[in-house]
Amino acid sequence: MSTSSNSPLTAGTTRLVNLNSVLPWVIAAVALILLPQLFGSRSALTIINQMAITIVFALSYNMLLGQGGMLSFGHAVYMGLGGFFSMHVMNMVEGGLWLPLPLLPIFGGLFGMFFAFLIGSFSTRRAGTVFAMISLGVGELVAACSVIIVIFFGGEEGVSGDRTMGPEVFGWDFGSHEQVYYLTIFWLLIAALGMFLYSRTPIGRIANAVRDNEERAEFLGYSQRNVRWMSFIASGFFAGIAGALFAINYEILTEENLNLATSGTILLVTFLGGVGFFVGPIVGAIVFTLLQTVLGLYTELWGLYLGILFLATVMFFPFGLTGLIAMHIAPWKMGKIGHLVVPYAMLFFPAVLAILSGAAFMEILFHIREAGVGDSEMSLYGITFDSHAIWPMATAIVVFVVSVFIINRLSARVKAAWDEATHTGRAGS
Amino acid sequence: MSAPAIELRNLEKSFGLAKIIQGVNLSIEKGERHAIIGPNGAGKSTLFNLITGKYTPTAGQVLMHGEDVSGMKPFQINRKGLSRSFQITNIFHNMTVFENVRCGLLWSMGYKYSFWHMINGQKALTEKADEIIEQINLTSRRNMVAGALAYAEQRALEIGITIAGGADIIMLDEPCAGMSHSETELIVDLIRKVTEGKTLIIVEHDMGVIFDLADKISVLVYGEIIESDTPEAVRASVAVKEAYLGTTLEDA
Repeated sequence: MSTSSNSPLTAGTTRLVNLNSVLPWVIAAVALILLPQLFGSRSALTIINQMAITIVFALSYNMLLGQGGMLSFGHAVYMGLGGFFSMHVMNMVEGGLWLPLPLLPIFGGLFGMFFAFLIGSFSTRRAGTVFAMISLGVGELVAACSVIIVIFFGGEEGVSGDRTMGPEVFGWDFGSHEQVYYLTIFWLLIAALGMFLYSRTPIGRIANAVRDNEERAEFLGYSQRNVRWMSFIASGFFAGIAGALFAINYEILTEENLNLATSGTILLVTFLGGVGFFVGPIVGAIVFTLLQTVLGLYTELWGLYLGILFLATVMFFPFGLTGLIAMHIAPWKMGKIGHLVVPYAMLFFPAVLAILSGAAFMEILFHIREAGVGDSEMSLYGITFDSHAIWPMATAIVVFVVSVFIINRLSARVKAAWDEATHTGRAGS
Repeated sequence: MSAPAIELRNLEKSFGLAKIIQGVNLSIEKGERHAIIGPNGAGKSTLFNLITGKYTPTAGQVLMHGEDVSGMKPFQINRKGLSRSFQITNIFHNMTVFENVRCGLLWSMGYKYSFWHMINGQKALTEKADEIIEQINLTSRRNMVAGALAYAEQRALEIGITIAGGADIIMLDEPCAGMSHSETELIVDLIRKVTEGKTLIIVEHDMGVIFDLADKISVLVYGEIIESDTPEAVRASVAVKEAYLGTTLEDA
């Protein structure tokens, strides 16, 4: 039952959700359709839309990284170019072209695919470091072009448009957030299903084969380069769809949409969720968007916490958050999950304290540095205090040190419980 | 008379200044079981890699059924009906036994780069894969991850993947390396069974296996073929004895 590989790309055969059955898809669709009834607020829908776009983008990225073994540092190029092109098509619609808005993502996808075809023709010749370096170079190149080729990229202001100018679809003009929400989740489901089904085709499987052992795949009649190229093209298509959805939601695209920072973010999102699982990028995108939007409301330091979470994930759970959950399937199936309940419960309290006190330390430090002169009053977790005083900082440090100490003491016990829960009576881990 | 399955004409390969293969001429007839033997460092693996397209010859030609294939890529040569196994087990460790064999079948069954077939729904493909798994006696391991198989089972799977595509020339690079005596016997029986009616080219250190399997033996020493004949003739050859210091063949 153990995973035979330590590479996070190939977490093994454990699946978190059985996506081969129709049920998870139906549940997801129904939940997404009913969601506006529960969280009808404009901001909630905006967050979900942002999540949906990130999910499609991250899934398309995982077609490269997780399924094809290609580490790309420039994937935002395809989402960005798809988005810019969609923006131009949207403006053409405003100028009289007949195209209902729900069809726009197809054009974004085709344009992303076209560029993936062009760039992939040389970048996929080699895998590994060479591929990664070329993707970095192309990413930088396109980002630089976006400032130079003003007619297409709109220079520093970017390109903006109006999504409501197209023909109405069943009386919808997509002016309201709710209508855009339904359009977005429609494409989210189509794209996710499309990418899932792609992974179940001969080319999808051979992409895994080339990832695992490109030499062997060549001796089975497959050109490793062509296999990578095709994954790359398919990935570009879905990234372009994500770009079009971005264009529809925000009605503006700028250089930021295709620069290296965005490319880096999607790598982070995908890895955070877990590259070895189909649902990994979905989990990553949801967590990331929540951190960015919800945590971002409370603290300016959200990026720091995201960074720490990412580091912790890479160091301790290389299979990502999804891998962390999937790890517990085996003890669950063996009926041994009970062994873990008590140690986890004991760990819970100090862990929460460690996180809160650690964050408090950062926030107080940040407040001392950033607040205006004379403004030393700050409020955290519902407590108002003087950030320049010694005791809040001291409390945070003491609580943090003590809780880390407790966690450290408990870790041996958790490890023992884990070994007990996963013990199958055979040798090895 | 039809062209030989494999013909090597003045084949040479150098890495920098080192001449590893120095003008090899060899002709392997269709349906022949041909073994290549020689001391360590003689260039057996290099010769293998030249025939299968992993290396490009420095000079000379590789002909397959009379057609010049020198300089072609491995996948192109594979599509023409040549398949190989590897000295170091070279399977897809993270896939199940079934998926491994299925990967070996995909191209030959015409799926190529298809993204319009659902792979699990292909009945003929699944049946064919199961048939091969049964041939290599791994039916009970069908859904196990290949990396978790015992070594001998991995070697059997390697052969299964190699023959899956239905190639008519099979090249096996030390299929019995690192195996116990009884495992070797099983794998030799397997090789004999699955290469029935095909051309077999085999590199192997175990002389028992060689003399058991081969119709013809070529002896490669320092990148040159010093003898290419029937097992009996090779066994009697003085030149070969000298190359092997007169020990190994006597033991066989």
